[in-house]
Amino acid sequence: MTSTLTISRLTKRFQTVEALAEVSLDLGPGMRVALLGHNGAGKSTMMKIILGLIPFDAGEVRVCGAAPGSAQARMQVAYLPENAAFHPALTGEEQIRHYLSLRGESPRRAMELLERVGLAKAARRRIGTYSKGMRQRVGLAQTLIGRPRLLVLDEPTSGLDPVSRRDFYALLDGLAAEGAAILLSSHVLTEVEARTDRILILSQGRLVAEGTLAELRRRAALPVGLTVVPAPGAAEALAAALPQARLAGDGTLHLACAQDEKLGLLARIAGLGGQVADLDVIPPSLEDIYSHFSRRDGQ
Amino acid sequence: MIRRILSTAALEFRIALRNRWVAIATALMVVFALVLAAAGAAPTGDIGADRLSVVVASLTSLAVYLVPLLALLMSFDAVAGEVERGTLPLLLTYPVARAEVLAGKLVAHMAILALAVGAGYGAAALAAVWSDPASTAGLPALWRLMWSSTLLGATFLGAGYALSSIARRPSGAAGLAVGLWLGLVVLYDLALLALIVADGGGGFTTEVLPVALLANPADAFRLFNLSAAQATAAAAGVGGAAATIPLWQSALSVLAWPLAALGLAIAAFRKVTP
Repeated sequence: MTSTLTISRLTKRFQTVEALAEVSLDLGPGMRVALLGHNGAGKSTMMKIILGLIPFDAGEVRVCGAAPGSAQARMQVAYLPENAAFHPALTGEEQIRHYLSLRGESPRRAMELLERVGLAKAARRRIGTYSKGMRQRVGLAQTLIGRPRLLVLDEPTSGLDPVSRRDFYALLDGLAAEGAAILLSSHVLTEVEARTDRILILSQGRLVAEGTLAELRRRAALPVGLTVVPAPGAAEALAAALPQARLAGDGTLHLACAQDEKLGLLARIAGLGGQVADLDVIPPSLEDIYSHFSRRDGQ
Repeated sequence: MIRRILSTAALEFRIALRNRWVAIATALMVVFALVLAAAGAAPTGDIGADRLSVVVASLTSLAVYLVPLLALLMSFDAVAGEVERGTLPLLLTYPVARAEVLAGKLVAHMAILALAVGAGYGAAALAAVWSDPASTAGLPALWRLMWSSTLLGATFLGAGYALSSIARRPSGAAGLAVGLWLGLVVLYDLALLALIVADGGGGFTTEVLPVALLANPADAFRLFNLSAAQATAAAAGVGGAAATIPLWQSALSVLAWPLAALGLAIAAFRKVTP
């Protein structure tokens, strides 16, 4: 099976600013990939190039085997813009009916789509009266039209409450299981962690890291944190036994060590027996890994 | 392709209906047409033309000003508004050609204009026929005025889309639209008039003037209706110029301008990067 989206050495300049530099990416059917990066890292630019909305300067982009923005590519790609906007005078149902017609589908399916995103009750109200979260759902509903082979979602869950987010990712899982490739950007790292197969980190237009979360974690080699709670009256003895620990204001001891030293340190702490009341191991969070990679090239 | 254009047209018509554009355009045309029908009733006896033909001559002068204005007011927002609302990027990722988007908008806006023009002229015709049954002789002229008004509207709709694409911001597009209306409908004729006076019946009046009149869609529209109708006699002034230009030339200009304007609009819209 050929890949759904192939990008090789993509470069895009805005006047003198290099928005994307030599970015390469390969996305196969059913893959869910998260694109992370700070504001201005080039996420939206990359998405717009994939959609064929803006031209690029160098490199190659193939979407479902066609040029980005070609009629053939557009038939198979669905897009959710960062702030989904629609004409305020139209109702949600009218807007979705129109989008269905544009994709050559029956407009009668509009209610069914709106039901899937939980908007059935508001379908006959004007979009001008919708909240941001509701507009976002109209945007989600239109990405479900047809059977897109590639979904490009720019911050799809912004404005959604936690329950809607869970529903949304359940929808995505279903689409991915049917073979759609999904490229999404997000600021909410914890949800990306659980719901994507691969993570890409963009910084200043460069792809600084790529892989599964476990791979990124290993490659970043960030220190593991340990918090030791001393038994009553054993604080000083414990501090003496663990000279590298830092004493926090609440009387707990904080340690940090490299991944491969973790087990040895744990054994030492366990060996201290009754002096230790409790022990927490804190692996580096996705936030830590993300800032590690996005800072490395940036500043 | 037809389906995407019609769906776009239906959507745009609905938006115009909700924004009260349909009501505003229709009411404006009906009120002005009835006022003209009432005011234009007086000189009938002297000219010997039927009453409707006289009304058609007055309506032609009205349409030259009002139809381009309505068309530009409806169209200046077409692309710039989508850019400002942020609806354009998503639309352009759909399998719909930019020409199809504009064609859809054009169909909807032309339908609204046709509706307004039909209601306005229809009301004026009813008033004329009611007071003078012989007026039915003027019906072909009225019909010609209706369809040529809609085509005149189409020309300015296309020009409005082009300006909307070039400006990319509704406020800028509105300014350009007003400028175009003033230039083509008002100042153009004034300039020609000044040149005719200065020329004193020389080469300009016989050689350049006919081309200049045909090159302006509003003037060609006026020429076409005045030279085609018996009403020529009722319209003093331009009648002289109208007589020197064959009907087929003004008809060609009336038919060709909408296509040229639409082509211009599509070319300008293609240059818009969302």
